[in-house]
Amino acid sequence: MTFRSKYIITLFLLILLCTTSCREDELVVPTEYDIISDFGRPATGIRGFYLLNEGNMGSNKCTLDYYDYLTGLYARNFYAERNPDVIKELGDVGNDIGIYGSKLYVVVNCSHKVEILDARSGTRIGQVDIPNCRYIRFHKGKAYVSSFIGPVLIDPDAPKGAVFEMDTTTLAITRKVTVGYQPEEMEIIDDYMYVANSGGYRTPEYDNTVSVIQMEDFKQVNRIPVGINLHRLKKDRYGKLWVTGRGDYKSRPSRLYVLDKKAGYNRMIVTDTIPVACSEMAIRGDSLYYYATEWNNFTASNTISYGIIDIRTKKIVNTNFISDGTDKDITIPYGIAVHPETGDILVTDAKNYVSSGSLHCYSPDGKKKWSVRTGDIPAHITFLPR
Amino acid sequence: MWRKLPLVVLSFLCCVLADASESTDSIGLDEIVVTGRRPENEIIPAQRLDGKELQRLNSHNVADALRYFSGLQIKDYGGVGGIKTVNIRSMGTNHTGVVYDGVQLGNAQNGQIDLGQFSLDNIEAISLYNGQKSNILQPARDFGNAGSVYMRTRRPHFEPTKNYHLRGTVRFGSFDLINPSALVEMKLSDNVDASVSAEWVNSSGKYKFRYRRVNPAGEIAYDTTAVRQNGDINAIRLEANVFGHFTNGLWSAKVYNYNSERGVPGAIVNNVWRRGERIWDNNSFAQASFTKYIGRFTTLANIKYAFYRTHYVNNDDKQIKIDNLYKQREIYISTANMYAVLPVLNISASYDFMWNDLHADMYGFVKPVRFSHLASVAAALDIKRFKAQASCMGTFIHDKLEDRKSPKDKHVFTPAIFISGNPLRTTDLSLRAFFKQSFRMPTFNDLYYADMGNSKLDPERVTQYNIGVIYEHSANRLLSRMRFTADAYYNTVKDKIVAYPKGQQFRWTMLNLGKVQIKGLDISALLTFSPVEQLDITLRAQYTFQQAIDVTNPADNYYRDQIPYIPRNSGSAVVNATWRGWGLNYSYIYVGERYNQQENIKYNYTQPWYTSDISLSKDFRIRKVQLRGLIEVNNLLSQDYDVILNYPMPKRNYRFTITVEI
Repeated sequence: MTFRSKYIITLFLLILLCTTSCREDELVVPTEYDIISDFGRPATGIRGFYLLNEGNMGSNKCTLDYYDYLTGLYARNFYAERNPDVIKELGDVGNDIGIYGSKLYVVVNCSHKVEILDARSGTRIGQVDIPNCRYIRFHKGKAYVSSFIGPVLIDPDAPKGAVFEMDTTTLAITRKVTVGYQPEEMEIIDDYMYVANSGGYRTPEYDNTVSVIQMEDFKQVNRIPVGINLHRLKKDRYGKLWVTGRGDYKSRPSRLYVLDKKAGYNRMIVTDTIPVACSEMAIRGDSLYYYATEWNNFTASNTISYGIIDIRTKKIVNTNFISDGTDKDITIPYGIAVHPETGDILVTDAKNYVSSGSLHCYSPDGKKKWSVRTGDIPAHITFLPR
Repeated sequence: MWRKLPLVVLSFLCCVLADASESTDSIGLDEIVVTGRRPENEIIPAQRLDGKELQRLNSHNVADALRYFSGLQIKDYGGVGGIKTVNIRSMGTNHTGVVYDGVQLGNAQNGQIDLGQFSLDNIEAISLYNGQKSNILQPARDFGNAGSVYMRTRRPHFEPTKNYHLRGTVRFGSFDLINPSALVEMKLSDNVDASVSAEWVNSSGKYKFRYRRVNPAGEIAYDTTAVRQNGDINAIRLEANVFGHFTNGLWSAKVYNYNSERGVPGAIVNNVWRRGERIWDNNSFAQASFTKYIGRFTTLANIKYAFYRTHYVNNDDKQIKIDNLYKQREIYISTANMYAVLPVLNISASYDFMWNDLHADMYGFVKPVRFSHLASVAAALDIKRFKAQASCMGTFIHDKLEDRKSPKDKHVFTPAIFISGNPLRTTDLSLRAFFKQSFRMPTFNDLYYADMGNSKLDPERVTQYNIGVIYEHSANRLLSRMRFTADAYYNTVKDKIVAYPKGQQFRWTMLNLGKVQIKGLDISALLTFSPVEQLDITLRAQYTFQQAIDVTNPADNYYRDQIPYIPRNSGSAVVNATWRGWGLNYSYIYVGERYNQQENIKYNYTQPWYTSDISLSKDFRIRKVQLRGLIEVNNLLSQDYDVILNYPMPKRNYRFTITVEI
């Protein structure tokens, strides 16, 4: 071998060595902490809140954040560190979160499971497998989970959805009821459960009904026609239901419907249709906070509004609850919650769905108090009582 | 003769077809191109793998072989049936042209060419050109890519006294792989050769993979090994070629069919270890090429018809049922003409017409039809130690939709300039530089896909600047050949087509939003020497540095971060030794740390991976039969890695090949 060739080989080996960094053991995904100077507040009944980040489908990046009002510490992505032995962490596409008693329930849509954690420590208690699960609500010691998949046998092309009943003590599935197509949110009023059916798998033949389930025998007793592609469903303190329809994204716009019982009847019917493209809402007292996002094909941009509706008059009383102009910082609002005691408004920004989102906190008069970086697609918030 | 008869019939069937081919690379008039022959006058020399070298590398398909080239990244979803696409210099898969025997492979639906579908069995050479191929006699379409991969079918070879050549190969190994193939080459007349090649690939796609995490104290948090499911493939590839030459000209024709059924293994996420997606592909095309030299004038004509049928089903009982059938057709006609104005100056003009349509049985599908007109003019100057080439291409696109108004027509002009020279008296050292603009048209999916497409999209544009040096030296018998290249480049991508959140909840649209800035360095070296009689050793090494950053908007939290899946450092090294019919090959591939999403934060960090592959082969002869045995061990150290997040790659695996040639 000539001197020159030796030199070249050595040079190449050197370049390779210099530039290659080696693999290390993959560490458990670590938690990150941010300090938010919004603590030491006068004692309220709220200890903190959990924020569920959905994560883009297939990324397995559903993560859980927790903010503690006492310490002012925002813990980002704490599930894996708290539960290191869970294979592939929390899962793929979180869809809902709720606290009942001492337990925190996380509905993970594309991992087809409900994860049950200790609400104070965040450590895992168990897991219940429910296929294509969507939302969770609680009633009299039971958890109810809506699922896009009901009995496969009836109509294999577009099976109806179901609501599963789970015992919150034994974590066993106790009952199941078939509802409409691709059910989303639900609420329980006076021993009846109302379920918003979307039919999102059946484009363009969307479902347009709210299923009524009699809780005693867990049977669907009625389906109320409301509007196409229903999604959100919230009850207020007067026993009314606020239901959103996504529309067909084309000619039929997104709308907010109000359901109420006529005097002397036990049946809910649509009493009002409020002309806002409501994407998500949160009710505190007599105020319904919502944000509405509408895509304008002509300008190729989103028109976003942040409004308040008085639930007694059903009138829009405020068209932008963010009063200091910082709503411009939000690319795409994706979640909303209102602190039950202080009235602080939390709004999440999902940005482009494939990067870290943000959580913004506004005072009741609409001034931004703080912002924090979250996981991917921050979406669902639940408050932890003290 | 009895043996030949059906083949003759077959080859007649494919008379109209083709292969414009790189035969135009070599200016051989009355001779069919010789393997491995390298034209001397290339302005931008290609990276090239051919002949024996290609055979010796541990690679099963074209994507595997491309890993040994510098400046490109392969997206590999793992396994035999996993989709494999190539991205040159971080500009994006859709900017890469893949040319099979002179005619570019198209996919109007999504612009992606799955290189896993092309077996190396019938391929003689693979070349990678940055910018464009430095030959001005080529279809207009070839001037349009930011970079191109050229695959060239094996030309028939005959021993002096024979007029046929047969080859049979059987491969088997891990993943329950069975892969027999056959090649028949015949001399039909003094001027016409034909070949027929057939291949069957069957694999369960099952392999073990492992996910492991440790806590900061070093204790194992979890360590799980599972078997990859739903990655099976059953594919048949059939191909027939005819090659002819006549006085001052040559022609060729090809028919091709690839028919497969495969599972889509999908992402491994918490609580999901198996998915129910399946794809049936039936891709056929027929192409023909014709070259004629008339004095100072050369003309090249190409024609192609392609029909791609894709049937996608999602059978997962937990998810939405999907059963979609897509049909794509393409008609392509091209004429390229070159005239030698002076011995040192050639000029050319090309025009291509292309017609594409896409049909899908989906609700509200607009059934787009696209008419593309592409025209180019080019000039090449070759004065002893200095060469230059300039070209300009114009593209005009018109789309027609069912029940909808056509979007506005799109037209783009893109220039390119290439120069090279030898500053010293010897030809060993040469310098080269190029500037090129190119673009990619939005695909049918970008424009019209259900709710997500945006028919107002503009083409995505790329500008490339490149300077490089090449040193090549052939010396004594001991050190027979050495070659060293280094290129530095700066690329920008603007109006990048990106998904943007739209309206309520989880919906997207496509916008011309992104901007990317790429600075890179490609270095490669090749060394062949014979330290002992009959022992030949070849070393091949390449290294790529790339800084590819997102410069779309300073307000983004990923502003100036490295774009997803582009490693800053990557490289490969191959050592090959042959001795008396024995061949030993060791290859090492390194891909540095990457981020799986736009933000360069630890939650998106993906570890480097590096694999060692080793193979041993033996050629021997029993009477008139040439035999070859090959044993391959891939991922020798059994590294557990993902190329794409949540798509685990196989651990150590084996493959055995027996080839018989008559």
